[in-house]
Formats: sequence, C-alpha cells, structure tokens
Amino acid sequence: MSAVPNGNLVRFPELHPALDEPSALMEANRCLFCFDAPCTAACPTHIDVPRFIKKIASGNLKGSAFTILDANILGLSCSRVCPVDVLCEGACVMLRYNKKPIEIGRLQRYAMDWFYSGSRSLTVEVQAAAPTGSSVACVGGGPASMACAAELRRRGFEVTIFDNRPLPGGLNTYGVAEYKLRAMDAQREVDLLRGMGVNFGQAEVGSEVSLEGLEREFSFIFLGVGLGAMERLDIPGEDLAGVVDALRFIERYKTGPELSVCGRVAVIGGGNTAIDAANAASRLGATEVHLFYRRTEREMPAFRSEYDHSKVEGVHFHWLAQPLEILALDGRAAGVRFAVMQLGAPEGGGRRAVTPNGTSFEFPCDMVIPALGQSRLTGLMAARGVDVQDGSIRIDRPTGRTSNPQYYAGGDCVNGGREVVDAVADGKRAAVAISEVSRG
Amino acid sequence: MADLTTNFAGIRSPNPFWLASGPPTNCGEQVMRAFDAGWGGAVWKTIGEPIVNVSSRYSSIDWNGQRMMGLNNIELITDRPVETNLREITEVKKRYPKHAVIASLMVESKREAWHEIVKRCEDAGVDGLELNFGCPHGMSERGMGSAVGQVPDYSCMITEWVKEAARTPVLVKLTPNITDIRAVARAAKRGGADGLSAINTINSITGIDLDTFTPRPNVGGNSSHGGYCGPAVKPIALHLVQQIASDPDVGLPISGIGGVGGWRDAAEFMLLGCGTVQVCTAAMHYGYRIVEDMIDGLSNWMDEKGFRTIGDFRGLTLPKIMEWKDLDLNYKIVARIHEDKCICCDLCYIACWDGAHQCIHLNGHAKPADVEAGSKARIAVTPIAKLDSGRPVAQNDRLPHVDEAECVGCNLCWLVCPVPGCITMEQIDTGLPKQSWAQRVGQ
Repeated sequence: MSAVPNGNLVRFPELHPALDEPSALMEANRCLFCFDAPCTAACPTHIDVPRFIKKIASGNLKGSAFTILDANILGLSCSRVCPVDVLCEGACVMLRYNKKPIEIGRLQRYAMDWFYSGSRSLTVEVQAAAPTGSSVACVGGGPASMACAAELRRRGFEVTIFDNRPLPGGLNTYGVAEYKLRAMDAQREVDLLRGMGVNFGQAEVGSEVSLEGLEREFSFIFLGVGLGAMERLDIPGEDLAGVVDALRFIERYKTGPELSVCGRVAVIGGGNTAIDAANAASRLGATEVHLFYRRTEREMPAFRSEYDHSKVEGVHFHWLAQPLEILALDGRAAGVRFAVMQLGAPEGGGRRAVTPNGTSFEFPCDMVIPALGQSRLTGLMAARGVDVQDGSIRIDRPTGRTSNPQYYAGGDCVNGGREVVDAVADGKRAAVAISEVSRG
Repeated sequence: MADLTTNFAGIRSPNPFWLASGPPTNCGEQVMRAFDAGWGGAVWKTIGEPIVNVSSRYSSIDWNGQRMMGLNNIELITDRPVETNLREITEVKKRYPKHAVIASLMVESKREAWHEIVKRCEDAGVDGLELNFGCPHGMSERGMGSAVGQVPDYSCMITEWVKEAARTPVLVKLTPNITDIRAVARAAKRGGADGLSAINTINSITGIDLDTFTPRPNVGGNSSHGGYCGPAVKPIALHLVQQIASDPDVGLPISGIGGVGGWRDAAEFMLLGCGTVQVCTAAMHYGYRIVEDMIDGLSNWMDEKGFRTIGDFRGLTLPKIMEWKDLDLNYKIVARIHEDKCICCDLCYIACWDGAHQCIHLNGHAKPADVEAGSKARIAVTPIAKLDSGRPVAQNDRLPHVDEAECVGCNLCWLVCPVPGCITMEQIDTGLPKQSWAQRVGQ
C-alpha cells in the first residue's frame, strides 16, 4: 500500500462520485425489479442486479454486498470500471421506455463501499478443506486469477497467485485510469482475497519459477497472464526520450513517484487506453492534449462514453492521421509527422480500410504517447501443450479448460482483451470447472 | 363553467373543499390564510376543555421512496382556551362572511356541557357544528371521541342534547374503528343530525424503530396507538362512505374525509354521494396551496363531462356498487399485451405465475426457475467492436404472451405493468346472457 501515492486523490477526483444514502434509496426504489432481468443477463458474471438493488432499498446492505460478491468477487472494481452503458445499464428496460436507466454501477459501488468501509471487517466465507486436497496455481495476478482463486478458496482449494510485480491486482492496480479505480481500492480486493486464505507470491513465471515446476507442485494451473506489452509503432524515433507508451505512462503516474506533464502531448490510437492516457496527460498538467487516430470517429474502438468524457476533459481529436516518424530535437521527441489517410471499402470485419492519400503534416509536441493496444501472446505456452491460436489461448468456453487438461485459462490472454468483468467471469467459470473435475 | 358553490346541510361555502378539523385549522390566523389560498370552508380544530399534548405527536409510513403515504397522530384536541378560539372565529367570520366556519366540538358527556359549548360557538358566529365522536386516541380514554362514536346509543343521546340547543346545522363525525359504521350513522340520524362527516382517523401503530425497538411516534421511549390518515386510508374511507350513502335508514348529506389530496380524490368521494370533502394530511404535507389545483382540476373535469354543479354527478356511482352475488358471472375479459409498448420487464409474467393463474408465457411454457437458469447459463461478454464485428445481435426472447384461453381476467398483469397502455383488459363475447350467482343458485 505504501507504494501508492496519495497526490492522485487530488489530481484525479473520481469520475462518478459515490451516491449518498437518500440518492441511493431513491435510485434503488426506481428499479422495476424485472423478472429474469436483462441487466443480470448482460453482466458477464450474472450478478443478480435487481436483487442487490432491492436489498439496498430494504436497508439490507450486508445482503446486498454478498449478493454482488457471490457472483463477482471483484464487485468493487467492477462497480467503478465497468462500461455499464454497454453492459447492465445498456440492457436496462427503462431505456425502451425513454427513461434514464437505473444507475446500477453507482448502486453497486454504494453496496461495495459499505462492505469495505472502515471498521466493518467482513470476510467472505470459505470452506475449511477441499474434498480432494487439490491445490491450484494461478499465474498472473490480475482479475481473472483473482476471481478464479476466490472461487476455488470458497470451495476449499489451496490457491497461490503468482505475479511478477510488487503489488498484485494486475491492470486493476497498474493499468486502469486513476479517476475510475484507485490503486488503493484495487488493493482492498487483494486484501479480501488474503483474508480468504489466498496465497500471493511475487515471481516471474517462466524464469524464476518454471511451469514444469508448477505442474509438479500443483494439481491445476490457471493462466491469467493477460496480454503482453503495448504494440510498437515501428516508426523512426520511437525510442527517443519523451516517448512513452500508454500503459507504462498510466502505471507510472498511478504507482510511481509524482509525475507531471508539461507542454503539448500527442496520443496515438483510438482505443479506451488511448483515451485514458489522454485524459491523464491533461490532468497531469499538459497544456494541450491531441489524440490522433488513423480512421474516423465512426470506426474508433473506444466506448462512446469514454470518447464523450474525453471531449469534456478537453482532449482534441484528429482523424485519418497515421504516424510516419517521431521528430527529434536535441535527442528528445519534438513532434510527429503524420500521413493523411483516406477511407476505403469495408474490410472483412466491417470496418473501412484506410490508405494514405499521399500528403503528410507535422505536429510539434513535447511528449508522444503511443496507444496501439497490447501485443498478443507468442508461442511460449505451446511447449506445455497449451494451444494458442491467433495470439489467444484456446479454451473450452464453458469451462476454461485448455488443450492440456492440467491447464485452465481466462481473461485477456483468452478473450483478446476485454473488460475486468469478463476476466472475472472467465476465472469463476474455470474455478467451477476445476472444482467439478476434482470431485470427479 | 362549472359552479362549485355548495350548500351542504344548510352550510354554504364557495366550493366543496373544506379543511378538516386538525392542525391546519388550529387558529384564526391559519384559517384566514387558508381562505386566502382558496379553501371554501374550515372545520376548526376541535374545541373543548384545553388539553396538554405530548412531544412527539406524528409518525408516517413512507413507501418506495415516497414520503407520508400514511400519517399517524397522537395529538389531542385544541390546547388553547375556548374563549381564544371563539374570539378568533368571530374575527374570521367578520372578515370572511361567505366562507364556512364549522366548530368541531368535544366536551365531557354531560348535557349541560354540550348545551353550553353549542351556545357559545353559535354566539361566536359559526356556520355549523361538527361533533367529534371519532378521535381514536387519548380523548377516548377519558370517555370522549371514539368512546362515544363506538356506542350508537351514546352517539344518539349526545346528538339529541346538541340538537336541543343548536340553531345551526349539526354534523356528526364518524369513527371507522367500529364493526359496522352504519349503526352509528343511523343513531346520529335518530338523534337528529343534519349531516355526517366520515371518516375520522383509523387506529394504528405506524412502525417500530429496529435499533431501539421503540414504536413511533416516540414519546420518551414509548408510544401509544394513534389515528391513521393520508393517501393510504382513501380506499377504506371510500368504502365506509359508500356504506353510509347506500343505507336507506341514513339518508343524510355526507362530508367525505380520508386521503383526499387532489381533485380526483374529491370527485371519487362525490361520485359516492359526498357533498363536500375535507382535507387535512395533504395540507399538512404541502400547505394550503394545494387547493388551487383541486378547484381548477375539478372545474375542468366537470366542464369536460358536462356537469354544471356538484349535484349533477353526486352519487352517480352508487347504483354501480352492489353485492357480489348480483355481479354478472358471464362477463369475460382477458389480458392483451401490446408488443410495441412492452419494455420486457416481465413483471406480468412472474406476477401471473406466482400470484395468479399461470397463463402468461415466455419461451413456450417454461417455468420461472427454468427461464432464469437459462439466462444464467448463457455466456455474456462485454461487446468490443474490434473483437466482435460480424457477430449477430442477440434476439429479444423476453416478450411475454397471454394464453387467452387460460386467462381468468383477474387484472393482475395490467396492475403490475409499469407502462401505460401496454397491457389492456379486453372484453370477450362469451355468447352467454347475463347471469349472477344469485340467479344461478336460484335456478
């Protein structure tokens, strides 16, 4: 916890402040209590949304919190980071009625804040001992492994999570924008798992600890290793000072020494992480933040809500611009030269292709933040009999089992990079499957 | 333009909206402000030997985030001297000669005491008297209020005493805390009453603090049963008013009380035979200003329906209320769900399965637990444009369907549906002639 700087509380006030009690009650009462609710169906972890909301309305906050945690052990972080407008709130029937959807995310946070507040020290019950005495190693300390580990502990398994960084939590700790989820809140969920008896080990699996070793020591191995480092631009000037990729940038300001930004910043990419980095640069002191994307607003992969928020933060958007070169001055990045693109015919996936129109322009700036998405896995797992296809570990979808029956997998390394809640759902499904296999 | 002027049992007022006896009519300054706001009459806070009140005095029921669905009080009658009240009544009548001021009265059950208070009030200039035989708390322990109203003979006797002295119309205010309200209504009639007011508050305990186990309202850790009123009591009041209004042995004008908060409520009481309505809780909640829409709304509704005076529609609904045995067994309605309006909350489905007759269906004839299990077994993911392009959009399979052959026409689905006009109850021609239970068993 000491590694988490507090200055960020000031620079990154929360995007969605907590509901107070009267507002929470009013909002909870507004919920229709749908049967077989679409919000529950839309949630990858199938939290029984109307149930936890009606428990808030009835004043049963403990019951509400456990309704959430029973389905999703990372209910706290999900309440803050989930893109609710494309999940539960996007499925709310109120929308079909020209009414504002129920603020499910904020109500979930209300119940989670109650659960985690100060003196309450509630824990999730676990079964004393596994029927089989099986033990499981979870590789990678992010949401998928945490969800898998928690579900396994509930069923009495011994579980150890291995992560190569000082703090567990994966992207929740290091990669999610501070105004959405604070590292200290991510650590509260880690502490909850510790309280449930999950072991945490800091080790780089593959070098300090080998997979072969884990195979001998543990009955099952869950791979929740996420994706790799951010993709490189592969253009001249990429290694100049003043160029830092979006994930490293977010990690630095979230956990490193106080970081500030000055001057003009160019962010390259059109995804949610590009937006997070652009917003962060703005809050950290940049005079101007400009985001460049090679297609247009229509094709941009970022969620609509993220894009809208970023405009409010004052980020300038530029379309049809693909970087050709990062320009240097005195050994530092001083600008980017972009090719102007034009839209072509739709590609296989339905998005329109872009081609250079032959012109280019230079954009002078003081810092460049590439955000092209994270790299996919390489064939590292193949040696252990774990099939990888198109950079993702191949699994049996309902169970998370890989081509090697001792290995299960979930999260970004399986789904190509979705949300925290998807990783939680994957981890939980794998844990249930492991438990069932162990029982025979 | 509708004419709202009222002559109720000989008491005239510019409109049928009176403030009921209670905190909003505690003193002259209040009543004058109420008249300025538009109220047609005021029944003064019950006058009698001044009492001492406790603190606190009110408690309420909130429902789904709405405040004061029902209000409870343990306040007693006026705590001010009789002469103060009477002096203010005189002042009010001097300034507002066309508005109705009715004195609510409660004194000990002695003929002389009643004769004296009647004479003093009438000398002060009241337009009428209302005998408080209904107050269910505190005063009843002293042999007054509902202690009188629960015994028809006492009610008759005191009404007779009052009528011996009274020159203005005498209304008897009835308590609902009795097995058959008609018995007391008939007794009041026998005693010579000119009109009835119904209902007074209902005995109640509104709730208990789950931390201290103290009932509400809290008086130093204890409480006492109080009088319940407000929107929650309206259906009970409507029924009791209908009971009196339909009774051939009563036949008196009725001033309707109980949950009136707007013109719609007032119109309903009038359709069941009331000539005026009295309001207390709504004025306590929102202030005197609510009367403006009561007048405006009722006038507009009367214009729309072609009613010139309240007499034109008073009691119109009474013939439509009959005994169950006389209802038509061959009248048949079924629920229709209009898919274009359905938001798929499926509240009708679960209500029909768990609370009615299992004739609304999703996905064939799956039972609720199977429907839910199906949804939970489905794998859902966050839609990510980059990863999901070309993936088909999930079909909506949540539209509920009514099996009309099985539908008993109970109305429950229509009642729970949150969308106006989405479910309608439609008549089916059974091809059978009207037949009541009485007719069927008589055959």
